[in-house]
Amino acid sequence: MLEYRVEIALWAISGIIPFFMLNIWTNNNLNESIKISEVMLSRYFLCAFFVRQFSVVWVVFSFEEDSLMGKISPYLIQPLNPFFRYFAQHLAEQITRFPFALIIAFFFFIFNPESIWMPNLGILLLSIVSTFLSFLIQFLIQSIVACLCFWTEKASSIERLIFIPTLFLSGLLAPVVSFPAYVKSWIYLTPFPYLIDFPANLLSGNETNIGGGLSMQILWIFLLFPLFKKIWSEGTKKYTAMGS
Amino acid sequence: MNLRKYLKVYKKFLHTSLASELEYKTNILVDLITAILSLIGSIFLLSIFFQNNGYIGGWKFEQALIIQGIYTILNGITNTWFNPNLTEIVKHIREGTLDFILLKPIDSQFFISLKKINPSGFLEILLGFFLLLFCIRINQISLSLSFLTLCLITISCSIFILYSLWFFISTTTIWFVKTWNAIEVLRSFLYIGRFPLNSFSFSLRVFFSIFIPIAFITTIPSEVFLGLSQSWKILLEIIVASVFLITSRKFWFFALKFYSSASS
Repeated sequence: MLEYRVEIALWAISGIIPFFMLNIWTNNNLNESIKISEVMLSRYFLCAFFVRQFSVVWVVFSFEEDSLMGKISPYLIQPLNPFFRYFAQHLAEQITRFPFALIIAFFFFIFNPESIWMPNLGILLLSIVSTFLSFLIQFLIQSIVACLCFWTEKASSIERLIFIPTLFLSGLLAPVVSFPAYVKSWIYLTPFPYLIDFPANLLSGNETNIGGGLSMQILWIFLLFPLFKKIWSEGTKKYTAMGS
Repeated sequence: MNLRKYLKVYKKFLHTSLASELEYKTNILVDLITAILSLIGSIFLLSIFFQNNGYIGGWKFEQALIIQGIYTILNGITNTWFNPNLTEIVKHIREGTLDFILLKPIDSQFFISLKKINPSGFLEILLGFFLLLFCIRINQISLSLSFLTLCLITISCSIFILYSLWFFISTTTIWFVKTWNAIEVLRSFLYIGRFPLNSFSFSLRVFFSIFIPIAFITTIPSEVFLGLSQSWKILLEIIVASVFLITSRKFWFFALKFYSSASS
């Protein structure tokens, strides 16, 4: 992983959309209408950036490539589910990304010195846990989509479809508190706000329901995992190596 | 340059790539739904910004929709032509197949930029046009010949700038080999093209007009739509577009000098 340092740095930079959004929010004083102070909002978006950095998943793209190239066949013979391989790759890259994310945070604080804060240890641990749970949810969703490769070969377009609601509803571009009431009434039943909004609120010290959020995250993992198991066993039965 | 020959070659490109893309019909349907959802999503985001404010950066909601429309059209063009072709450069260089292109008796930039086409982007372009038509109605814009010419000029300039940016980044592959992520950076920068430039702080505005001219790409055509744009801005956009187009071509030939095939 360390071989591709520039790659990973660029990847970290490409996640800066939350900062552009922050700029729109504060530059037009939009935060007043949702009753969040400028400082709290900038912390929120910084945390959203962090959560995104450590929960981003691309397993469907790797899996699609491997399955089209026929690399899945040798993996299947091994006594370990190939998704563990991708899981380990994701974890390794998250660790290498950590220093770059810190550098970006450092620059953020230079430009916004008033938003420096130190979350207490308990909150920090809880938000690391919830970020990891968010990563697990996304990893499971994408693995389920990736398994569709067994049927359609081009599963990445389905992933791009699912990415749209993730982008707009997860809280990456606007905190879920700011959403109109007709969306807020149902959004907390979907997995989306627990992907970024919940961990980011937790870490930044904005108001959030800690117990409720964590239990919803765990609930979604328990719902998605059996689904993944099912689709995986169905898919491998269906699988015929490319060209056979 | 023999124009007729190039047109003929392009017709062949269109034919082959359409044929291969239409193999994946459900894919196109999924892409259509993605485009529609993505437009709904960005209008939803815009409505959040406007829910308690009448103006953002001096733009009303109805006016900001024009920017969305133009962004959608440009994004459609990116998905139809730039994205499928220019990401291919990375592959050509990594696998050494660029040699075959350079050997062909045809302009290499032409070949590399227009070889493929992704028809699902057309739907996005159409969506953008419908949104623009809707905007023309709700903003009560009166159509005239000079208005249409100006729109056409500014939008084509935007397309040229966008193309040059993509081409620049893809060309750097010759040195860096893997530039997938550089393309991601460009994508995320382009994302701000969905919003009026004036809604950003001064420093970002400067950055996005001088270093990466995203400001020119959507904001100026939208101003033209509203009849707000001064003529010097339009002139400036034409100059920026031609500078970008020429330098990107020069840059390509400069980069080719450093190209030393795979495994040699």
